[in-house]
Amino acid sequence: MIRSGKDFWTGLIYLFFGVSAILIARDYSLGTGGKMGPAYFPTILGGLLVVIGVIAVIRSFVVPGAPIGAFAFKGLILVTTAVLVFGFVVRGAGLVVALPLLVIISALASSRFRWRPTLIMAAGLTIFCVLVFIKGLGIPLPIIGPWLGG
Amino acid sequence: MELLSHLLLGLQTAATPANLFYCFVGVFLGTAIGVLPGLGPTATIAMLLPVTFVLPPVSALIMLAGIYYGSQYGGSTTSILVNLPGEAASVVTTLDGYQMAKQGRAGAALAASAIGSFFAGTVATFLIAGFGPPLAAVALQFGPAEFFSLMVLGLVASVVLAQGSLLHAIGMVVLGLLLGLIGTDVNSGTQRFTFGIYDLADGIGFVTVAMGMFGLGEIIRNLENEEERSVMVTKITGLWPTREDFKRMVAPILRGTIIGSALGILPGSGSILGSFAAYSIEKKISKNRAQFGKGAIEGVAAPESANNAGAQTSFIPLLTLGIPSNPVSALMVGAMIIHGIQPGPSVINEQPSLFWGMIVSMWIGNLFLVVLNYPLIGMWVRMIMIPYQLLYPGILVFCAIGVFSLKNTEADIYFMALFGVLGYVFSKLGCEPAPMLLAFILGPLMEEYLRRAMLLSRGDPTVFLRRPISATLLALAVLAMCTVLIPAFSKTREEAFVESSS
Repeated sequence: MIRSGKDFWTGLIYLFFGVSAILIARDYSLGTGGKMGPAYFPTILGGLLVVIGVIAVIRSFVVPGAPIGAFAFKGLILVTTAVLVFGFVVRGAGLVVALPLLVIISALASSRFRWRPTLIMAAGLTIFCVLVFIKGLGIPLPIIGPWLGG
Repeated sequence: MELLSHLLLGLQTAATPANLFYCFVGVFLGTAIGVLPGLGPTATIAMLLPVTFVLPPVSALIMLAGIYYGSQYGGSTTSILVNLPGEAASVVTTLDGYQMAKQGRAGAALAASAIGSFFAGTVATFLIAGFGPPLAAVALQFGPAEFFSLMVLGLVASVVLAQGSLLHAIGMVVLGLLLGLIGTDVNSGTQRFTFGIYDLADGIGFVTVAMGMFGLGEIIRNLENEEERSVMVTKITGLWPTREDFKRMVAPILRGTIIGSALGILPGSGSILGSFAAYSIEKKISKNRAQFGKGAIEGVAAPESANNAGAQTSFIPLLTLGIPSNPVSALMVGAMIIHGIQPGPSVINEQPSLFWGMIVSMWIGNLFLVVLNYPLIGMWVRMIMIPYQLLYPGILVFCAIGVFSLKNTEADIYFMALFGVLGYVFSKLGCEPAPMLLAFILGPLMEEYLRRAMLLSRGDPTVFLRRPISATLLALAVLAMCTVLIPAFSKTREEAFVESSS
């Protein structure tokens, strides 16, 4: 019976990263202690992580811990989606499309979302960013992208 | 009078109109983000780092440092006026500061905070100036074994001072070291853990990781419970403390400065711990201890001095050893590397104007803070009124554009999103991201020093124990680890974090 969800899941994450590191590092040369190859240090770290993961998992069955608590799935999904969408469309459609999309999608995550202030915010931020980042600092992003004939 | 001539050199660097301007911009922005809850200095510095690439290195570092200690200061203003700590380090200030404000003594509380911070800042500036050169001179004797052991000590200390389970903090450090190794291995040219992805060949940028874990992760967490922020702004009256107030402030400010300076040097959450420790010590020894929690001026002066002193002395290991002690100074290390400066003990000799200029600018910045804050209090209070649902989409915009501009590639935007998710998941699991970011930056350096030390010793690992300085550093690391296991200490550690997170 798992008595500490936090310990159990964190332990599994550590085990996952530790085991992957060791397995992937097998493709690189290990070298010797005096002349360490690219696999040497990652293998040590992976081993340590596996040990820590095992301890955490064992402890999760023995020592009771606080519950993890509900995940804010709405916020997690909307905020992440908003950022990913921005990345996907910014080169093609340009900042005038990508930036309002980022603002609106992420703002939807709030329980106090209202259209009017969000749209005003999106418009204001777009103008500000075009002026400061593209015109001012010369960041190579299109204002209106090739998808829109810009 | 070598110290004076050094400080004069620093003054010449820091007092140029351009650098004064960047110092001002830094502390101004810092105060602003310190005032805004839900936006910390780590995320802000990560966001603004790309903007500073166009500046000369001295100006960039002066501005970044200003953001950091400015944010500590801004956090206390809101703690006192509206009971909202903008920064973790100013949580204890709310206890007595807000009570004073409710009694119509907001002015006296703000003055106590300003005077305490300024005094602590001045002392800390001299501490850096005094201890910096000898420490750097010692560090110049360090070989690879010593540097490796020093990093072990730094990481252990960050683990000891981290919040929550010790085991998970160690896990986060090891994971951070591992993630830091992604990219091309400098010795063999092997691409490690890149999965054939071109954008990973140079590794993941630390700014990307910081923005993801501290920027995005924090936003998602704040969306969990959007508490009603009905701000009841207290009227600011009695702007000047009475003679009695001054008398009561002196000793707490002195004690706070000492405690804060000492804890600030330690890696991890030094400045948070400093303000808590200073408060609880005052509470135990003060003549007016009955008043604590009901508006005692000592309860504002001591923690405020401590957190400002700590914010500044945390630059000592950064400037003299090149070892970052918290996420903010880790970002500064990154900034120095981007500007072509290898942080470490040689900075002080090779770039004296940078070293001393930064130190003097901290003192000037503190002066700005005192002068700035009184006339601008009204503006800061209005800034708190910005509702969070309008604030966070804006933060996301700056994060996204900022991270893109690092290498002009969308890949960093995706990596940032990934680390945002990771940061949120880890915070749900009770694992603190700060030690991980520290380890992430130190990962490649540690590997390099380990390799060199082992090469010199022909593969004999006892070299770390045979060299006296290295052995001492490792012994200190073991000692630090053991203190956590002592019940009295671990109880204090827990209390400190319970109080600061409630």
